[in-house]
Amino acid sequence: MPSALPDGDAVPADGSLPAAALDGPGGRPFGFYVHVPFCATRCGYCDFNTYTAAELGGPAGDHRVSRETYPGLAAAEVRFARGVLGPAARPVQTVFFGGGTPTLLPPGRLGDLLRVIDGEFGLAAGAEVTVEANPETITPAGLAELRAQGITRISFGMQSAQPHVLAVLDRVHQPGRPAQCARWARAAGFEHVSLDLIYGTPGESDEDWRRSLEAALAAGPDHISAYALIVEDGTRLAARVRRGELPAPDDDAMADRYLIADEVLSRAGLRWYEVSNWAADPDSRCAHNLLYWTGADWWGVGPGAHSHVGGTRWWNVKHPAAYAGRIAAGVSPGYARETLTPAEQQLERIMLLTRLATGCPVTELDPAGRDAAAKAVADGLADPGALAGGRVVLTQRGRLLADAVIRDLTA
Amino acid sequence: MSDVDPGHTDPAVIRNFCIIAHIDHGKSTLADRMLQLTGVVENRNMRAQYLDRMDIERERGITIKSQAVRLPWTGQDGQPYVLNLIDTPGHVDFSYEVSRSLAACEGAVLLVDAAQGIEAQTLANLYMALEADLQIIPVLNKIDLPAAQPERYAEELAGIIGCDPGDVLRVSAKTGQGVEELLHEIVAQVPAPSGDPEAPARALIFDSVYDTYRGVVTYVRVIDGRLSKRERSLMMSTGAIHETLEVGVISPEPSPSAALGVGEVGYLITGVKDVRQARVGDTVTSAAHPATKALAGYSNPRPMVFSGLYPVDGDDYPDLRDALDKLRLNDAALVYEPETSAALGFGFRCGFLGLLHMEIVRERLEREFDLSLISTAPNVVYRVVMESGVELRVTNPSDFPGGTGAPSATLPGNATNAEGKAVGGKIAHVYEPIVRATLIAPSDYIGTIMELCQSRRGSLIGMDYLSAERVEIRYTMPLAEIIFDFFDQLKSRTRGYASLDYEPEGEQEANLVKVDILLQGQPVDAFSQIVHADNAREYGLSMTAKLKELIPRQQFEVPIQAAVGSRVIARENIRAIRKDVLAKCYGGDITRKRKLLEKQKEGKRRMKTIGRVDVPQEAFVAALSTQPTTEKKR
Repeated sequence: MPSALPDGDAVPADGSLPAAALDGPGGRPFGFYVHVPFCATRCGYCDFNTYTAAELGGPAGDHRVSRETYPGLAAAEVRFARGVLGPAARPVQTVFFGGGTPTLLPPGRLGDLLRVIDGEFGLAAGAEVTVEANPETITPAGLAELRAQGITRISFGMQSAQPHVLAVLDRVHQPGRPAQCARWARAAGFEHVSLDLIYGTPGESDEDWRRSLEAALAAGPDHISAYALIVEDGTRLAARVRRGELPAPDDDAMADRYLIADEVLSRAGLRWYEVSNWAADPDSRCAHNLLYWTGADWWGVGPGAHSHVGGTRWWNVKHPAAYAGRIAAGVSPGYARETLTPAEQQLERIMLLTRLATGCPVTELDPAGRDAAAKAVADGLADPGALAGGRVVLTQRGRLLADAVIRDLTA
Repeated sequence: MSDVDPGHTDPAVIRNFCIIAHIDHGKSTLADRMLQLTGVVENRNMRAQYLDRMDIERERGITIKSQAVRLPWTGQDGQPYVLNLIDTPGHVDFSYEVSRSLAACEGAVLLVDAAQGIEAQTLANLYMALEADLQIIPVLNKIDLPAAQPERYAEELAGIIGCDPGDVLRVSAKTGQGVEELLHEIVAQVPAPSGDPEAPARALIFDSVYDTYRGVVTYVRVIDGRLSKRERSLMMSTGAIHETLEVGVISPEPSPSAALGVGEVGYLITGVKDVRQARVGDTVTSAAHPATKALAGYSNPRPMVFSGLYPVDGDDYPDLRDALDKLRLNDAALVYEPETSAALGFGFRCGFLGLLHMEIVRERLEREFDLSLISTAPNVVYRVVMESGVELRVTNPSDFPGGTGAPSATLPGNATNAEGKAVGGKIAHVYEPIVRATLIAPSDYIGTIMELCQSRRGSLIGMDYLSAERVEIRYTMPLAEIIFDFFDQLKSRTRGYASLDYEPEGEQEANLVKVDILLQGQPVDAFSQIVHADNAREYGLSMTAKLKELIPRQQFEVPIQAAVGSRVIARENIRAIRKDVLAKCYGGDITRKRKLLEKQKEGKRRMKTIGRVDVPQEAFVAALSTQPTTEKKR
């Protein structure tokens, strides 16, 4: 079950933004997130806004959404975005096809969308275009076609190399498959290949985790994301944990796994640049995700997608049919939005920048926050050298306690 | 003007009575029927528990403050009579008020549930009524219930008061059955008041209520002479003189009259703003022609149970002070003084008549003044005699001499505390208040009850069978043991069948120690407790275990210790937290994450920091709730 959207203010039908949001976009980069809300099956741990064919089934109504009709709807929202942004529109630095399972759409349809974005906004030179892929939907020929359509970066949901761990997560791919896909992607000409891993799944041991990391590295990615498993309310996994069929993930074990990841990945030459992300070099970092973390602008296309432009955040209606209805009527698919106060914007900057290896400038902090930064250094949670240079950069232990440090910095 | 008008009523037609009953035995319902039958409340204006004014009273089915209603009634002889129903509080905490209400009557209706029989508190109040020489009219209520056993309980009542089972009236306050006969019996059996109409005025204050518009309304029973609106009144215990603004009777709304004569019951308004200036038990007389001798039985209320009250939000401290000041206007028994806790901040140490009184005050503060409060575990008053001969009265465990981290542990023998009393040196003797507890239960539970009382340091005084199946057991027990979840234990072990009453019985010396709780080596004053030496370890173990569950893990290890003096008697450890980070924070997570952060910041503001340890308010509330409960959980 997808999780609920936050509440907020109403979004006007024409999607128009407060003048301040469109004011002087200046040097703020701009990107597109395109949500593809389909999956072949739903995994037991997942609370993303995605649907299987069966979940979208039922009698075909006016706004029944399918893999065939969806690309046209998404293209319509891109054109709508162009109208809303008007003179604030600017070349697109990054495009990210996420989901769901974007690779359930034929590569040509993703390419079509990319061309609509290029047509309306213009793709910046060297733009990063990422697609998320599920290993079981990928073939060498498909990868070549994605590359040919203009996709520059691919990210595979590997999760684990251990069959018993994949089984708990309901992942259906063969354990060796993602690494195989990564090698195929390299062969197909993808310079940037990322693998997603999950640690702390019930039943996973430290050794299982180490093996998964080694297997991922053996495939030669230039980027790895490693996430602690979150048991989200409303998922099948949460129900199984609640019934006692599976043990709840243990925070201390999670901490151990994080340390293992940092150790194994660093040894292989990948460096952390965000709490859960490691990259081979600065160019290998995910430019699109960096938009999120640095307060840049992006437009999220598709049901449930979130956007941010100049201090206004909004999120689209969640269900594909509701989304289709809005798009068909030519009105904004926005469900609700919030206009951030300067204080809220500052809070977000501290919250997001502190998670990055580049850290949070102390100029963002108030006097109490600066005291907290000094205390974080004294407690071994922030790097003394970086603070001397005017930035709060978390140590390894500090990354594990990042939320606590952020609470102190913003208290 | 007829001869039953206030101020002109012949004492011969007056009947002053009260109803003695246990909670839930139907006293308020019976009063409702009497109001209807005598016509003072019309049927269409009737509401349940008419006389219970406070929401809390209606919800809990208890009477906290007493009231008096004047009921006109035509006797079987066709003559007009005036019945004054004096409502009495039904709880042990208010037994002094009960005794003053009884002193205002000549008769008492002993009302007992025909399905349950007499309960300990009813018995205690009955004994008080017998001591006050009241005419007792035994009545079984709820005879309409299928579970009623009137024969059996009539027998029991007859045995207790020494009458014939046939003399026990049977009514259903719910349906009204038998209530008319009861009113006739009151006329027939309750003696008319006697007093000297020519003597200087003497009226007994049996209740005093603060009214926002009128100031203090004092309820009185005239013993001798007349209370007249034209004469200023004198309170004999204080010597204070006040204008008499109004006298009158309640029937059932206040109705002014020129005067109140011998035997009459009514109210008096003098413009005072604080019930302390018109105390229950005091004698009112005329300032111009004062009586020389006050009525007997006056005493000051004495707080038996103390607890610290702290606002959850420190900013609410002035509001709490204002609220206590207002409550005090209507509660002569409530005492409080400011205190500061290192753990809880600014608050008040409050003294109460008992646990129910404490809960009512707390509930009123929260409900009527919209305050959110933390209350420390209740404690009794200890008398501590030092070897130096200095004597201390301890109402707060953290003031108990000696202890971990307390200055006196390290100070020389001539050290003094804030009040200049010597607290250094060694304790010679500690005295604690004891009570005489009366328990009534089916005889099957004798063993269970004795076991419980024994485990609470009780010593058996005696035991009597009220009937073949029901027994009255009497114990001497430390009050401290009773306020520490005794009542809940009693109820659960006897499946709700046992009832309890207690009265102060002086003090005893005991081997008591203060157990301190330390977080990271810092004593937390709010958690200190005085317990018997034999129970110190048990208390320490349970408190440290509880806190381990309640206090969230911190960035460092937190040892929790329980100590008596410098001796650690229990220890737990909260391991350092190692992971506190959200794994994923992408575009769609930012709003949710920011809102969570704002909420956590708010939560952190409400944390109390002890040393470096952040303790959430909820942990204090949960740790301090040592189940100090009363009859509300029945």
